[in-house]
Amino acid sequence: MSALPEIDDLDPITLAGTRPKGKRPYFFQDPDVERVLSIAMVIAMEHAVTRQRLDALERLIESKGVATRAELDQFQPDADAEAERTTWMQAYIARVLRIVQQETEALESGTKEPPLADLIAQMRDDH
Amino acid sequence: MSQQALPPSWQHVGRHDVFPQSGHDDTARFDFLANMNGYLSTKLSPKVRVAYEKRVKPAFEQAQGRAPETRHEVRKAMVGDPIYQTWSALRRNTMEMRQQAGRGMVLRQLAPLVDKARELNEGAETLQLDPAVKVPRHVSAVDIHCMPGGYHTELVDDDISAGANYDAGIFATTGGMLGRYNDGGGQALAQWLKKEHPDFKPRRILDLGCTVGHNVVPLAQAFPDAEVIAVDVAAPMLRYAHARAQSMGVKNLTFRQADAESLDYPDGHFDLISTAMFWHESSAKSMPRTLKEVHRLLADGGLSANLEQPQYHGMDPYEAFVRDWDAYNNNEPFWSVMHEYDLRKMMVAAGFDDSKYFETTVAGVVDRSIFPEASNDGEDYGRAALWTMFGAWK
Repeated sequence: MSALPEIDDLDPITLAGTRPKGKRPYFFQDPDVERVLSIAMVIAMEHAVTRQRLDALERLIESKGVATRAELDQFQPDADAEAERTTWMQAYIARVLRIVQQETEALESGTKEPPLADLIAQMRDDH
Repeated sequence: MSQQALPPSWQHVGRHDVFPQSGHDDTARFDFLANMNGYLSTKLSPKVRVAYEKRVKPAFEQAQGRAPETRHEVRKAMVGDPIYQTWSALRRNTMEMRQQAGRGMVLRQLAPLVDKARELNEGAETLQLDPAVKVPRHVSAVDIHCMPGGYHTELVDDDISAGANYDAGIFATTGGMLGRYNDGGGQALAQWLKKEHPDFKPRRILDLGCTVGHNVVPLAQAFPDAEVIAVDVAAPMLRYAHARAQSMGVKNLTFRQADAESLDYPDGHFDLISTAMFWHESSAKSMPRTLKEVHRLLADGGLSANLEQPQYHGMDPYEAFVRDWDAYNNNEPFWSVMHEYDLRKMMVAAGFDDSKYFETTVAGVVDRSIFPEASNDGEDYGRAALWTMFGAWK
């Protein structure tokens, strides 16, 4: 007899997120940052999924006048729509990761910017 | 933005009878992940190098009076850099999200998938499982690629979930660069053989560490008269691989559960022994033993052909460090070690003649209808379809 559970006894939702064996690396000094980033990334993905679904629905409604749920699940964008959708995805990722882009731009420009408090003081004292 | 830069949508993934059914949202998740991977490799990864050149390396030079000389020095110096931290954390998370998305899709339909595989596998002589085969420590020590349960764990009787999840996700992880059926490696080897060695007609072919058989199916198709054996230690992979090959109409291919270190075939039994991305998932103990077995099993005039990521020799320390990322952060513990080996020496130590050793570079052969341009751009330090092929004739 097998010691394995019956398929119907499995919990697909919990099992989908099972921890892989092996110590997880944390890259930021504060693990809280890692945790928040991890959650934010999934929200980002799920937002992208919703946006894609809406796009698919809109295109179906546009082309057919009526869309059923089954039709939506079967929706496959044509080459032009796929390109537009993929371009949107790339713009979306760039929006979500704006802070990273700006930090790298600051690094590349190499200019040192004074704290705003210093500028405020300068403005105040600069008669 | 040029059409060429866009990765193909996951809707183009190759579907066969045992491939999981997907809904709109499954496709959209994989599309997001493919685009994230593309962003991380083509947009953010170059900035990690900028961070190294602009601040990490100068700081190291100031402290040490010299530049970093090894990839390990680069790694230790990079750990505190915020851009490296962000890139790494995003990369790790993308991998974890890919596993969850694939498993979420597969596990919710596991019962019909298991039934489908049973139907295709029932009574077939071309699937030979052996529960006595021990999963070696280099396969079970950690879950490679952060795939929960690794290649080998069975959740239910006749489980195929690990194979289905593995097969479903590679297309997204690689941005379609391995082709519709993720078989760009096997296609590349088959094409290389036809072009470079048109007279080589192997009668018996052995593929080691076959997982879902994606790279051995093209060989079986290229040499339809050959008897092809694919081995792996992981039953959930083999059940899926066999059902997959059967549903694709490939009948000259037998899948066997066995440890590649020691196989029960007579000396000189095979004309071609292939591997694809196999050695970096081995171990320092196992790799030389398995190479010896490859030498024993090859017939005179036979060929050992192996697709791998490029070795680190001659690479600048930064590039070697970036390529080494998976070893430390994506559960690939032998990756770092394997990529510094002298493969020629390893093959010679296994019994091959030094003058019969060869090394070349091959690119993944992809399905032009979904990925119109050759995939020579967008190196992803470990995932892109640009490989070293090494091997030897016996």
